[in-house]
Amino acid sequence: MNQQIPVITVRNLVKKFGSFVANDHLNFEVYKGEIFGFLGANGAGKTTAMRILCGLLAPTSGELTVGGYDVYTQTELIKKNIGYMSQKFSLYEDLTISENIRFYTGIYGIRRNERLKREADMLKKLNLENERNKLIASLPLGWKQKLAFSVALFHNPQIVFLDEPTGGVDPITRRQFWDHIYEAAAEGKTIFVTTHYMDEAEYCDRVSIMVDGRIDALDTPENLKKQFNAANMEQVFLKLARGAKNTE
Amino acid sequence: MRTILYILQKEFIQVFRNRTMLPMIFFIPILQMLILVFAATNDLKNVNIYIVDNDLSSASRKLTDKFQASPFFRITQTGFSPDDAEDALKREKVDMVISIPEKFEADLRRDDEAQIQLIINAINQSKAELIYNYANNILQGYNKNLIAEWKGLPEFNPPKQIKVQPSFWFNSELDYKWYMAPGILAILVTIIGMFLSGMNLVREKELGTIEQLNVTPIKKYQFIVGKLIPFVFIALFDLAFGLTIARLAFDLPIVGSLPLLFGFATLYLVGALGLGLFISTLADTQQQVMFVSFFFMMVFILMGGIFTPVENMPTWAQYLDRLNPIYYFMRIMRNVVLKGSGFTDLTTEFASLIVIGITFLSLAIWRYRKTT
Repeated sequence: MNQQIPVITVRNLVKKFGSFVANDHLNFEVYKGEIFGFLGANGAGKTTAMRILCGLLAPTSGELTVGGYDVYTQTELIKKNIGYMSQKFSLYEDLTISENIRFYTGIYGIRRNERLKREADMLKKLNLENERNKLIASLPLGWKQKLAFSVALFHNPQIVFLDEPTGGVDPITRRQFWDHIYEAAAEGKTIFVTTHYMDEAEYCDRVSIMVDGRIDALDTPENLKKQFNAANMEQVFLKLARGAKNTE
Repeated sequence: MRTILYILQKEFIQVFRNRTMLPMIFFIPILQMLILVFAATNDLKNVNIYIVDNDLSSASRKLTDKFQASPFFRITQTGFSPDDAEDALKREKVDMVISIPEKFEADLRRDDEAQIQLIINAINQSKAELIYNYANNILQGYNKNLIAEWKGLPEFNPPKQIKVQPSFWFNSELDYKWYMAPGILAILVTIIGMFLSGMNLVREKELGTIEQLNVTPIKKYQFIVGKLIPFVFIALFDLAFGLTIARLAFDLPIVGSLPLLFGFATLYLVGALGLGLFISTLADTQQQVMFVSFFFMMVFILMGGIFTPVENMPTWAQYLDRLNPIYYFMRIMRNVVLKGSGFTDLTTEFASLIVIGITFLSLAIWRYRKTT
C-alpha cells in the first residue's frame, strides 16, 4: 500500500432501526487496490454497513462516498462502479451459467462480443468450460460462490463488496476462493469483504473489527496482533468481542 | 430498451423452465371454460312442477297439457293433497306447485272466472321471477284459447289485443353460456396475469436475487416493465386459447373484431398486472401477495357485472365500479364478442382503462425500491 488513494470514505456513519443502533458513528477509509476486511460477530453491524455502501440501504446520517460518488445522491453512479456478492447466494438457480452471465451483462450494457470473450476467459480460469450450459442449481456450493464472485467482477467494477462470501464451504475451496480475491486485488480492484473466519482475516491488508455497531479496532493484521499482544487474529477478536452485548 | 429485452429473455426462459407454469397456462383455461361456464349458467330449463289437480275436468287437463308442452317445465309429480305438494316444495323436489281447486271448470263456466294457485320457491329470487313470467305466459295463452273456444271465436282470429313479439338481439337463442363465457374469460386473464406476475416479483425477494439486481444500474421502470410484459403475453395467449375452447365447445359467436378485442385486453392487462406488481412491491412473501390479490379479485369480480347486472346495484356501488378495471373489461368482452361493438362504441371504456393502467403501473414503479 504505497499509494493510499481513498476509494471509500465513511465519516460518522449512523444507521438506526427504530431505537436499535446498528452502526454507531463509523469512521474509516478504504484505499484503492487493498483487501479490506470487515470483521465482527453475527449482529455486530457488518452487513448493515456494507448494504449502505452498496446503496441497498439508506444511512440515517453521516458522510459517505464510494468511488468518489456520494451515497445519498449518486447511488446509481455508484452501482455502475461496484460489484456485490451477497450472503444469500444470488445467481438464478433455474438459469444456466451462460444465461446468468448474459442477463447480468445485459443489464450493465455490455455488448455481445465483449461478453462472449470475457465469458470464455472466465470459464477457462474457473475450469467450468464444460458446465456452461448446466443449471446453477446443479452445481456444488463452492462452484456457485466462485461463479457469483466472477459474475460480480464481470462488468469490471473498481470496488467489489463481498458479504461473507465463503460461508458453508470447506477450507480448500475457501483457500481457492481467496486466490481469486488476490488476483482481483492485483488487478487494482478494491475488495471490501466481511467475514467471521479469523484465518481469512489474516489474508486481508487491513482489518476493522466491529463490536456492537462500533469499529473497535482498525489496522493491519500484524499491527493488531502487536497491539493486543496476541498470537493470531482469533485472539485479537476474542479480546475485543468479549465485551459485546449484541452477539447472538 | 436493450436492458428490457435482456430481462424479458430471462423471464421467458424461467417461465418455460418452471414445471408448474405450463400446466397452469393450459389447465386453467380448459377447466374454467368447460366447467365454470356450464356451472355458472342461469338458463331456465327443467323447472320441476307439482300439479295438484282437484278438478280433473277437461279445462284443468288442458291447462296441465299446456305446462307439459312447455320446454321450460317438467311435471314431475301430481297428487291431490296440497300438503304433499308443499312438502315436496320444502324438500326442494319441485320448484313450483300449481294448485287447481275443485269446481275450477264449473266456476269458469258460471262466473267467467276461476282461481288457481302458484307457489314458487323463491330462494333464488331471479329464478323465481323467471318461473313466474314463463308460467304467466302459459296461463295467458291458455286464457286466450278458452275465450276463443267458448265465445265461439276462432283461435287464430282472437280479440284485438297487443301482442308482444320479443326478439332477443345479440344472443337470439338466449344461450346463457354465450353470456357467461366472455365473463369467465375476463376472470381467467385476470387471474393468470395478476397472480403470476405478482408472485414472480415477490419470489425474487424471497430468493434474494432481487438484491443482486438492486446493486446493478437497472432502472426501476425497466424492472417493472420486464416483469409485466411476459405475463401480458401469457394472459393474451390464454385469452386466445379460452376463446378457441368456447368456440369449439359451445359455438360462441365472435361477432366483433379480434384485433380490437386483443388490443383492449392488452390495455386492461397493463392495469390489472400493474396492480398485481404494486401489491408485490409492498409484500415480502408469496402468501401475502396471494392473499391481498385474492381480496381485490373477489371485489372486482363480484362488482364487475359478470354474475349480476351492474344496473341492479345501488347507485353508490355503480359509482365505485368506475374504479373497477374488470367492470370495463367485462363490458368490452361482451360487447365486442356478442354484439360486434367497434372502437367508437367503447371510447369511455378505452379512456377509463388508460387512466387505470397508467395509475397502477406508476404506483408499481414508484413503490419498487432499490434502496430501502
